[in-house]
Amino acid sequence: MADTTTTRPIIADMPHMPGIDEQSVESDRVLEGGDREMILNLGPQHPSTHGVLRVVLRLDGEVIRACDLVIGYLHRGTEKLGENARYVQFTPWTDRTDYISAPSNNLGYIMAVEKLLGITDRIPERATYFRVILAELTRIASHLVGIGTHAMDIGALSMSLFTFREREMILDLFENYCGARLTTNIMEVGGFQRPIPDTFWEQTREFLRVMPERLAEYEKLLNANPIWIGRTKGIGYISREDALSFGLTGPLLRAAGVNYDVRKALPYLVYDRLDFEIPLGENSDTYDRYLIRMEEMRQSLRIIEQCMAQMPTDGPLMADEPKFVFPPHDAVMFEAEAMQRHFKLVIEGFSPPPGEVYVGIENPKGELGYYIVSDGTPHAYRLRIRPPSMINLQIVNKISVGTMIADLIAILGTIDMVLGEVDR
Amino acid sequence: MSYAVVNILSSQPGWLTAITVVVLLFIALTMMAYMTYYERKVIAFMQDRLGPTRTGPRGLLQPAADGLKLLFKEDIIPSGADRWVFFFAPIVVFVTALTAFMIIPLGGTAFVPFTAKHVNLFLTDLNVGLLLILALGGIGVYGIILGGYASANRYSLIGGLRSAAQVISYELTLGLALVGVMLLSGSLSLVSIVNWQRDHIWLIVFQPVGFILYLISAIAETNRAPFDLPEAENELVAGFHTEYSGFRFSMFFLGEYINMLVVSGIAATVFLGGWDGPILPGPIWLFIKMLLFMFVYIWLRATLPRFRYDQLMGIAWKVLLPLTLANILITATVKVLIDRL
Repeated sequence: MADTTTTRPIIADMPHMPGIDEQSVESDRVLEGGDREMILNLGPQHPSTHGVLRVVLRLDGEVIRACDLVIGYLHRGTEKLGENARYVQFTPWTDRTDYISAPSNNLGYIMAVEKLLGITDRIPERATYFRVILAELTRIASHLVGIGTHAMDIGALSMSLFTFREREMILDLFENYCGARLTTNIMEVGGFQRPIPDTFWEQTREFLRVMPERLAEYEKLLNANPIWIGRTKGIGYISREDALSFGLTGPLLRAAGVNYDVRKALPYLVYDRLDFEIPLGENSDTYDRYLIRMEEMRQSLRIIEQCMAQMPTDGPLMADEPKFVFPPHDAVMFEAEAMQRHFKLVIEGFSPPPGEVYVGIENPKGELGYYIVSDGTPHAYRLRIRPPSMINLQIVNKISVGTMIADLIAILGTIDMVLGEVDR
Repeated sequence: MSYAVVNILSSQPGWLTAITVVVLLFIALTMMAYMTYYERKVIAFMQDRLGPTRTGPRGLLQPAADGLKLLFKEDIIPSGADRWVFFFAPIVVFVTALTAFMIIPLGGTAFVPFTAKHVNLFLTDLNVGLLLILALGGIGVYGIILGGYASANRYSLIGGLRSAAQVISYELTLGLALVGVMLLSGSLSLVSIVNWQRDHIWLIVFQPVGFILYLISAIAETNRAPFDLPEAENELVAGFHTEYSGFRFSMFFLGEYINMLVVSGIAATVFLGGWDGPILPGPIWLFIKMLLFMFVYIWLRATLPRFRYDQLMGIAWKVLLPLTLANILITATVKVLIDRL
């Protein structure tokens, strides 16, 4: 048992921010001359905190003088669960961290486990390409949700419905392949068990055909819209130094002009064989980050197209590693050995050699890292997730001071965090 | 064609006035209810959705269902609320909006079949009708401010304050945008303005700038997108009516929609000739013109993001106000010059 006195104090007792009366966050501070600064408690139930984020603001009129983020309302102990579940059992939990981009989360975790097992090189090429396709579809889906809700927070109501319409096509693709839409649990250690249906490729081609015009449609609505520009240009400026020192990743870092994308910097899967560009920003403001997300979606479409062209049409989808991967479903039904193998994998799991691995991949929101320490048992000794959303969220305190309430909403939108991942 | 414009209160028996009031009330509430349906259907069409379909044929009973639902909802008064003000605020919004609607003339006079009588299709022809409507709009804002203040909720308070600042700024341009019309038609009576337009030409021809300025100010005045800051959902949850529920909330809601109808009605009346139009009867023409304005409202809501507080004020004082003043100056100068020649 952990010593409870050293854990984080409950929220009501926390001194929230310097300058706020320690007794209660509800007390307003009276300034010299009788003016009062008002404490506004935004969330955890609030339309635009993207989940259950609580923001405590000290306001002077509408201007934010101090801002404090309170997180933890969605904490489910995911990392601890990972230390108490067998490796394969934990995969569905990764869906539920950044629940907007489940396949990509799966990928990071599965790649870490495979590295731990030492079978990274044994994954069939066909499966590797398919992983990239799913990861890039996820990126598009995540950016669609990000831009849609961001625009809706700023008041462009229709954008969210348009982007969700296209996201629906991606969810249909996931559904076609694995039956699930949101929490897909789509990746497996060793590759893919199920064959890819032909209809999947038809639907993907249709999506690739439709998506560019839809992106152009969004841009027609927003890019030159004077209100949108007024609300996003120059808002939420993050300096290059801040971006680096806060450890930001993903579109936020690239908007600040830092050319860091794990796909290019430390290529994994087949990204080194693909031709795509990393869009970089100049002004590091909300508008730039919006443009970067739009451009990243275009690049993802390019990647998917190339993958479909380069991917071997035939060949196995699953690595030939009987000790670690599940046997095919038909074999389990009709072959005694396969059934025994399946039984053993389900009941005992596999035990990777002792050691530790870190695998970082470029999730839609930034670098998602899985750090696993194995002690040679079927459970991880320590499992740590590097959540891009949480680390990106840290900058809000700094960049929202001096802006207005409406700007804070725009900033939260541009951070594009998912509270499931922040709290885990 | 000359119309004998007389004050209905002196020219018609009291019972007829009473009937007119009831009929107008019915029209106002029905129109308002179906404006929500119209809005939901139009915005659904723009957003690639269906809108209400389940309640009645094509969802036509949706407004009735919504109204009933709100009636049966629990009426919650927050413990910290200023009870009387909290109670009073929605009534102010609702009553002023409805009163303003009564002043809009739906038509000229109509011949009643089987009798030899003519009936006025407007309740009253006040000689200061336009001013009264503006004044009622000004009073209606008190409801929002007081509602926001009385709720004992910080979102409501900010919503109320935003509304106060917004309405003070836009009331000015709203009134001044109509001055050009008053100068040209030489009257503040809505019926006279329509008759002037029938005799000459629709005022939008002489006052295009005034028309656009009026439209922008009117949208801001009624707290609609992209000027819907007092109830900006994504910032202030529901703004000034965060704490209101049940029928009290529906009064704010009714008030907002009737206000939209009022400003659409005035725009149709003073710029587009009101009930004036060929073939179809007057009220239908007015209705079509109002629908057009409502469509603009919905269109803007579906398209535009929301302004920020300081941007909103900047537009009012730095752009709209100078333009309205210039419009008045030019209109007056031209009118004097033409009269002289």
